[in-house]
Amino acid sequence: MTRDFDLGPVDRIPPGEGRTFDLGSVRVAVFRTRSGSVHATQADCPHRAGPLADGLVGDGCVVCPLHGYKYDLATGDPLGHACGPIAVHVVSITSDGRVMLSLD
Amino acid sequence: MTERRKLVVVGNGMAGARFVEELVARGGRDAWDVTLFGDEPYGNYNRILLSSVLAGTHQPTDIFLNPLRWYTDNGVTLRAGLRVRGIDRRARVVHAGNGVMERYDALVLATGSVPFVPPLERLRLDDGAFREGAFVFRTLDDTEAMMRYAGRSKKAVIIGGGLLGLEAARGLLAMGLEVHVVHLMKHLMEVQLDPAAGRMLERLLKGMGMHVHLARATCGVIGEERVQGLLFADGLTLDSDMLVIAAGIRPNVQLAVDAGIEVERGIVVGDDLATSDANVFALGECAQHRGVTYGLVAPLWEQARVLAERLAGRAPDATYVGSRVSTKLKVAGVDLAVMGDREATAPDDEEVTYSEPARGVYKKLVVRGGKLAGAILLGDASSAPALLQAFDRDRPLSDDRSELLFPQSAHGSQTSAADQPDDAQICNCNGVSKGAIVAAVRGGCRSLKTLCDRTRAGTGCGSCKRDVGAILEAVAGDAASEDPSVHYYVPGVPLAKPELVRAIRERGLKSVSAVFRDLADGKEDPASKPGLASLLKTIWRADYEDERDARFINDRVHANIQRDATFSVVPRIYGGVTSPAQLRKIADVAERHGARMVKITGGQRIDLLGIPKERLPQVWRELGMPSGHAYSKAFRTCKTCVGTDFCRYGVGDSTGLGIAIEKRYQGLEAPAKLKLATAGCPRNCSEATTKDVGAVAIEGGRWEIYVGGGAGSRVRKGDLLCVVGSHEEVLRMMGRFMQHYRENARYGERTYDFVERFGIEKLRRLLVDDEEGIAARLDVDVQAAVDAYVDPWTEADAPKTAEQFTDAIDARGAQAAE
Repeated sequence: MTRDFDLGPVDRIPPGEGRTFDLGSVRVAVFRTRSGSVHATQADCPHRAGPLADGLVGDGCVVCPLHGYKYDLATGDPLGHACGPIAVHVVSITSDGRVMLSLD
Repeated sequence: MTERRKLVVVGNGMAGARFVEELVARGGRDAWDVTLFGDEPYGNYNRILLSSVLAGTHQPTDIFLNPLRWYTDNGVTLRAGLRVRGIDRRARVVHAGNGVMERYDALVLATGSVPFVPPLERLRLDDGAFREGAFVFRTLDDTEAMMRYAGRSKKAVIIGGGLLGLEAARGLLAMGLEVHVVHLMKHLMEVQLDPAAGRMLERLLKGMGMHVHLARATCGVIGEERVQGLLFADGLTLDSDMLVIAAGIRPNVQLAVDAGIEVERGIVVGDDLATSDANVFALGECAQHRGVTYGLVAPLWEQARVLAERLAGRAPDATYVGSRVSTKLKVAGVDLAVMGDREATAPDDEEVTYSEPARGVYKKLVVRGGKLAGAILLGDASSAPALLQAFDRDRPLSDDRSELLFPQSAHGSQTSAADQPDDAQICNCNGVSKGAIVAAVRGGCRSLKTLCDRTRAGTGCGSCKRDVGAILEAVAGDAASEDPSVHYYVPGVPLAKPELVRAIRERGLKSVSAVFRDLADGKEDPASKPGLASLLKTIWRADYEDERDARFINDRVHANIQRDATFSVVPRIYGGVTSPAQLRKIADVAERHGARMVKITGGQRIDLLGIPKERLPQVWRELGMPSGHAYSKAFRTCKTCVGTDFCRYGVGDSTGLGIAIEKRYQGLEAPAKLKLATAGCPRNCSEATTKDVGAVAIEGGRWEIYVGGGAGSRVRKGDLLCVVGSHEEVLRMMGRFMQHYRENARYGERTYDFVERFGIEKLRRLLVDDEEGIAARLDVDVQAAVDAYVDPWTEADAPKTAEQFTDAIDARGAQAAE
């Protein structure tokens, strides 16, 4: 069953950065790229549980801050290594600038 | 899109296939339909490694560069096993066997070379084929036929004591044959070696059991059905079961000659690599450029790159201006590096030689005008990398020639990683074995960068990168290539630091996103962001547009991220001198916030570990101390000893000086961290000579300033930059050096690599003698950076971004109603 979450105004996530959201049962990382799109993934890196939201973002990827493992934000695929993939979630921005997340 | 034109390449060897690879990598397939003819029935392989196949260290399958699938995957039509027989230049058509025709708009000839076979009586049968037991050594088929025949032979003769002949000899020796090398000249490898080196090599080969016959002309073959021996011009004979002819190569030009293209020794090409027909190009061993034909792989790859740049339209004006020839290889298992001239040729040339027959080591430098004109290094290639670099870049040499021949071994073990067993652990950070690295090379990783990315070896502290490089070289030989990004300041922007700085200034790019937009086609490489941010801050200072997403997490929250995603807090304690009151305060904060560990650091400070991100601002407020920058690429600390105030040996006030240095330069951004120290006497208790920058007091009120020291993943003693007479001068010279380093080092390049790369003599000339008149400017610029310093911990009360210090945003009530 799909559950929808209203994560509040997109301005809570600075351009090009990510933030971790605690949804109670689960934590997700939500990223806002410089081009304005949003992506959501599992919060922790499958390698050593690094906080992905603290990673560097660019070119559609995030780089985990702990050991540099890189993932595609749209597909969750690992890039250049065999760890993962990471879970990705459906996320969008409403016309009034709020971040809407769906969890399966 | 306009219709693609037709490009035909004749020759799928080292040159032809490499050119097609380079063309594909540059998007050349958008403009061209590519057809590649190869007369061997395979995808391309590394011809250089045929000798390793013969020696049994490589399987034939190990030496393939591109499998047949590579061609299909990249939209290249490969016609393997099909020899091109003629070119009709008027109709622009090539004719191959079986009536195959291919029209072209542009044609590339990469036909390589053919073995030179001297006229020997009774070598050939009536039909022109070799008598049984006689071979040339050029192709994979030749190699396999030789190996089969050697299996039932006892004794082999090789005609030719050049590189190829000796490689064949090594292979056959390894197969257990009695091996004789017959050479026309007076010493071995006369093209590459001087007589002394040739004799040394001969000694080494004889020590392995090889027989060497010099100044010996062969005139005929003995034997009826098959080879049974050789007849020499002096009437002597030598029994043998097999004969390998390795008497040199000749450019393979027949196709061009028949087509009426200008040919001298090779197919004549200009700097644009075009032949006398503007639609026909040539490269590799078959081509003759400015009167020179090349037989080594490096020039050929340069040609492939230039031609690909031109034809792919990336740089239609790219030119090839010739190569300085150098190579590093193993001859019959002996290390050899040669470059440039073998001997002095001008009266003022200087020859430096070292010879150690017992170990089989011979080294020779030819120096012309203070630069390296040539070198031979036999039996010990440890000095080869530095000399190759000095030769390739035509750089002035150190005045102390012995330093060049005998580099200080800073890397401990003398055993090359290439000689270690497969289960040896090479990368001690990520636990990567030699076998895993070898497998990745065989799986197609040919540059150090792709190899490190794939295996993760060398991606930790980086100290094993040289070993990884040695393995790459041993397995791939000259097929190893250099990823162009190693010369870039950051991997995601294709410019070296000086060009990047120029472009940033000229275009007035003040933010990281502006750099990506203008200089990287808008592609934001995440790993390149922090390096660009650091550079822009150095260039623009207060005018820099600080985009916080370009910073690594440590620099967003001014603390060092730990393995459990908590942070460590290190307040600044100037010079490592604290007080009971300060200690009490730190203890109280640690207790109130539940620091999980309180640790004395190596830089004489106190580290509070296990602090969650959201508590950082409060911890800073309560400490009331400035940031110690123990998380960023910046000036970190100045470690001190107790100097003259208490120590009975101190000759200089190292404590006072250290505090002054730290107060002045705290937090100064740099390409990598800067750790400093001051020592009050030459006993050097604070280890100032192994710091990025260090000052050591000496009697007479003076200070020695050392730069480029370090004791991290590499240990290096700093070089003495200068000796000065006051604290003020120490502060000024240190600042001058650090500013120069900030402006010129690559991102992440520690001072120990930077000082080695630049050379201490040059740094002294620039910074102490002020030869180029930049010292005053450096002093002004470092002062401006000091003046612009703001303690980042003041962001506790003025966050720069939304939710800057939030661990996780609470969204537990955020589920929308159905």
